[in-house]
Amino acid sequence: MRSIQILRYLPEESSQPFLQSFQVPVTDSTSVLDALNYIKESLDPTLSFRWSCRMAICGSCGVMVNGIPKLGCKDFLRNYPNELIIEPLAHLPVERDLVVNMDSFLRHLEAVKPYLIEGKHAADSSQPNRQTPAQMARYQQFANCINCGLCYAACPQFGLNPEFTGPAAIALAHRYNLDSRDSGKAQRMAPLNSKNGVWSCTFVGFCSEVCPKGVDPAAAVNQGKVESAKSMLIQLFRGRAIGGAGQ
Amino acid sequence: MQVHTFDVVVVGGGGAGLRAAIAAAETGGNAVGLVSKVYPMRSHTVAAEGGAAAVTRGDDSLQSHFDDTVAGGDWLAEQGVVDYFVRHAHAELVQMERWGCPWSRQASGDVQVRRFGGMKTERTWFAADKTGFHMLHTLYQTSLKYPQIQRFDEYFVLDLLVEDNQACGVIALEISSGELHLLRAKSVIMATGGAGRLFRFNTNGGIVTGDGMAIAYRRGVALRDMEFVQYHPTGLPGSGILITEASRGEGGVLTNKDGYRYLQDYGLGPETPLGEPKNKYMELGPRDKLSQAFWHEQQAGRTGKHGDSDVVYLDLRHLGEAYLQERLPFICELAKAYVNVDPAKSPIPIRPAVHYTMGGIETNADCETSIDGLFAAGECASVGLHGANRLGSNSLTELLVFGHLAGKKAMQRALGDSPCKDGAESIRQLGSQWQERLESMMRGGEPGRPRWPELKTELLKVMEEGCGIYRDEAGLTQALQSIRGLRERYQRVQLGDQSKIYNTDLLHCLELGCSLDVAEATCLAALQRRESRGAHQRLDDGCQQRNDQQYLKHSQVFYQGAAPARLEWQDVDTHLSAPGERQYGTKGSGVKGSGVKGSGAEGSDGGKHA
Repeated sequence: MRSIQILRYLPEESSQPFLQSFQVPVTDSTSVLDALNYIKESLDPTLSFRWSCRMAICGSCGVMVNGIPKLGCKDFLRNYPNELIIEPLAHLPVERDLVVNMDSFLRHLEAVKPYLIEGKHAADSSQPNRQTPAQMARYQQFANCINCGLCYAACPQFGLNPEFTGPAAIALAHRYNLDSRDSGKAQRMAPLNSKNGVWSCTFVGFCSEVCPKGVDPAAAVNQGKVESAKSMLIQLFRGRAIGGAGQ
Repeated sequence: MQVHTFDVVVVGGGGAGLRAAIAAAETGGNAVGLVSKVYPMRSHTVAAEGGAAAVTRGDDSLQSHFDDTVAGGDWLAEQGVVDYFVRHAHAELVQMERWGCPWSRQASGDVQVRRFGGMKTERTWFAADKTGFHMLHTLYQTSLKYPQIQRFDEYFVLDLLVEDNQACGVIALEISSGELHLLRAKSVIMATGGAGRLFRFNTNGGIVTGDGMAIAYRRGVALRDMEFVQYHPTGLPGSGILITEASRGEGGVLTNKDGYRYLQDYGLGPETPLGEPKNKYMELGPRDKLSQAFWHEQQAGRTGKHGDSDVVYLDLRHLGEAYLQERLPFICELAKAYVNVDPAKSPIPIRPAVHYTMGGIETNADCETSIDGLFAAGECASVGLHGANRLGSNSLTELLVFGHLAGKKAMQRALGDSPCKDGAESIRQLGSQWQERLESMMRGGEPGRPRWPELKTELLKVMEEGCGIYRDEAGLTQALQSIRGLRERYQRVQLGDQSKIYNTDLLHCLELGCSLDVAEATCLAALQRRESRGAHQRLDDGCQQRNDQQYLKHSQVFYQGAAPARLEWQDVDTHLSAPGERQYGTKGSGVKGSGVKGSGAEGSDGGKHA
C-alpha cells in the first residue's frame, strides 16, 4: 500500500478544491489510472475522472501528475517513489475533481477545418488517390495526435490566453496542410495568421515534451510560423499588385 | 426536461455512428443528432489496430472474401448480408481514403494490403497498426464538415421513446449536469458498440458495456447470436491490452513455454518457415481456433507464466527493429509500456482475451430492427455478417458498410410521413419514469442495498468461470442462475454519490444494469446451444461437434422484464453456400466452402480493383 493525494473539487458541496489522501495497493505495473479506479470502486465512490481504453490511444485520462501533464493509463506509480499528487489538467476549467471542461479545446480543434479539402482537379472519386510513402511521411507524425489535451495543459501561452489556437489544433491544421491530397491550406491560414494563431507561441516547447504519442506540436507551430509569414507576404504583394483594390 | 427535435438521432459516436451520421446528412433532411456518452474520438473504434478488409488485388475475388467470411463464421452468417458486404467493402475504404485516412502505401503510392487470419488472400487495408484510430479520427474530423450534424457529447442514452412500435426518439442524461433531455426523431440508429466488459479479461475499453444492446432489448428487440463471444488470441497478460493480429500477418509466430510452435498440433499445420507466413496456415488461422489451442496448451501444462497469468509467446524478433517500427510501432510502444518487453529483442507474453461480441441487436439486411424506425449498425448490431466467429479486419469495414446503409435508410425513412405523433404525453411519462428511477437509485442511507462495484465484480467472475472459451451444461446453468440473482439484487442498487454534476458513480451503475441484462441473454443462448460452433465450444457429451440438424439456427433472446428471458431459434440464410467443413492448414488448401451454389457472390469480377 502507498499513499496518493488527489485534488478534489465538488462544486455542489464547496467552491474550494481540497487535497485528499488515499491508500492504494501497488505493484510494479500499477498505473495512475489503476489507482484511481481502485479508489473509486473500493474507497470513495464520489471521485470523478474520465477514462476508457487504458492503452494510451483514446485520450480520455489526462491528469497532472506531480505537476506534469500525463495520461493516467501510461504513467506508473513505480515512477514516483516519494510524493504523488494527482490534479486535473492545468489551464482548462475544472468541472469536478479530475474532470475538466474540454469545450474550448474542441472549439480550437474544430476551427482549423481539420478535414481533407480536395481541389477542383481531384481525380475520379471512385478510386483512391496515390500518395507515396515519402509524401505520407511529411504529415504522418502530426496525424498521430489523440486529442488528449496534455499539450494545452503544458502550454504557458494557452494558460494566459484561452483564445490561443494551441498546439494540438495547430498540429492538426499542419497535418492537413502537408497532405499531398489537400488543397485547403489557404482556408486554414486565416486562423493561423491571426493574433491567436501561431504567433502567440513563444516557443517554450513543453508541448512536445509532454506529448504521450511522440507528436511534435512545437515543430508544427514553428513550421506554421514560416508558412504564416509566407502567406502574409503573399497577401501583401497581392494587395500591391492589384493596387489596393481589395481582396 | 429539454426537448430537441431531429430527423434522425444516432446513438454512439464511434466508427459506425459517425459513418451513419454522415450518410444521413448526405441523404437529405437538415437535422441529425449524434449522442454519445463520450467524446467521439474516445469511442472504442480508436483501439482497433490491424486493418479493414476489402477485395483489392487482381488475384483476389469477391467470391473468395465471401467464402472466407462464411466459413470463418461456421456457416451461421446471413449469406445475403455477406454478399452485400463484400460488394460494398472496397468503395467504403476508397471513400475513407478520399476523406484523408492515412492508409499505408506501397512505394508506387497505391494502397498497401496485408495478410490477416482466416483470409485466403492479402486484402486488409491498414494504417500502420492504428487503423481504428486513424479511421475514427478521419470520420470525426470529416463529420465537422456537416453543419446539420449536432453533437451531444457526454450524454448517456437511457431509453427509447417508442409509440405504437415506432421509434420516436431517445431520452438521455446530460452527464455534466445530471439533467434529462428528450431527443425526438423519426428514426433512431443504435451504434453503441459491443459488450466485452462483461468479462474480466478483455481487450476492450471501460465504456464497452453493452448499453445500446440492452436499451433495444428492453424494448422488445431480440438479441441474436449472443453466445458467440470472440476471444482474441493475443492480449497482454494482466491488462488484456490488444496485440494486433497484424503481428502474425506480418510474420510473428506463437510458441509455448518450450519454444514450440504448438498450432501445428491443432489442425493448422504444417509449420510454416519463419519469415514466410502463409494465409490460413498456423498463426494465420482464425481467432476461435487459436484461442482454443491456447486453452489446450494450458490444460497440458505447456504455457509459461507472466505474473499470475498463464501465457504463450508472440515472437516478432526475426522481423527486425526497422520493419517493426514501420509496420507495428504501436505494438512496440504497448509491449514496452505494459510488459516491459522490446519485441525486437524478446518474445511478447500473451494470452487470449475477450475481444468482440459477434451477436447483438437483431436487424434485417437494411439494418432495421423489429421496431419501425429503429436501426442498428456496428458491433452492437447483429446484421448477420459474422456468424459464429468474426474474421479479423471484417469489423472495421462493417462499421463503414453498414453504418452508411443504416444512415441512408434511417434518413430516407425520416423524410417520409412519420407515424410519430406530437407525443407530449408519452414524453412526459417517459421523463417521469426515469426521473423516479434515478431518484430511487440516489436515495442513500438504506441498509442492505448493494452498490455496483460488488455486483460488477461478481458478474465478471461468473462470466469468466461459466461462459469462457470452453463451456458446459453445469457451468452455464450455474452462470445463468447467478446472473439472474445479480439482476434481482440490481433492482435494489444504491449509489454512493448523490450529486448531479459528473456523477460517474451513477453512470457506471447504469452501465452495469445494461451489462447484466446482456449477460443473461449471453448465458441463456450459450446454455441452449447444445453443440460446438465457431467461438461457442462445449465440452459436455453430445455437444462437442457442430450439429447442423438441430442448430443451424440463430438464437434470439427476448427480454421479459424481471422474469427469465425467453429464447427462440431462427433459420439461417444459406442460399449461396451450403454448410461445409471448416478447414485450415493443409486440410484447408484447395477446399473452398464446399457446395457453393454459384449465384450471388460468384461472377463478381466487378469487385476486383488492381
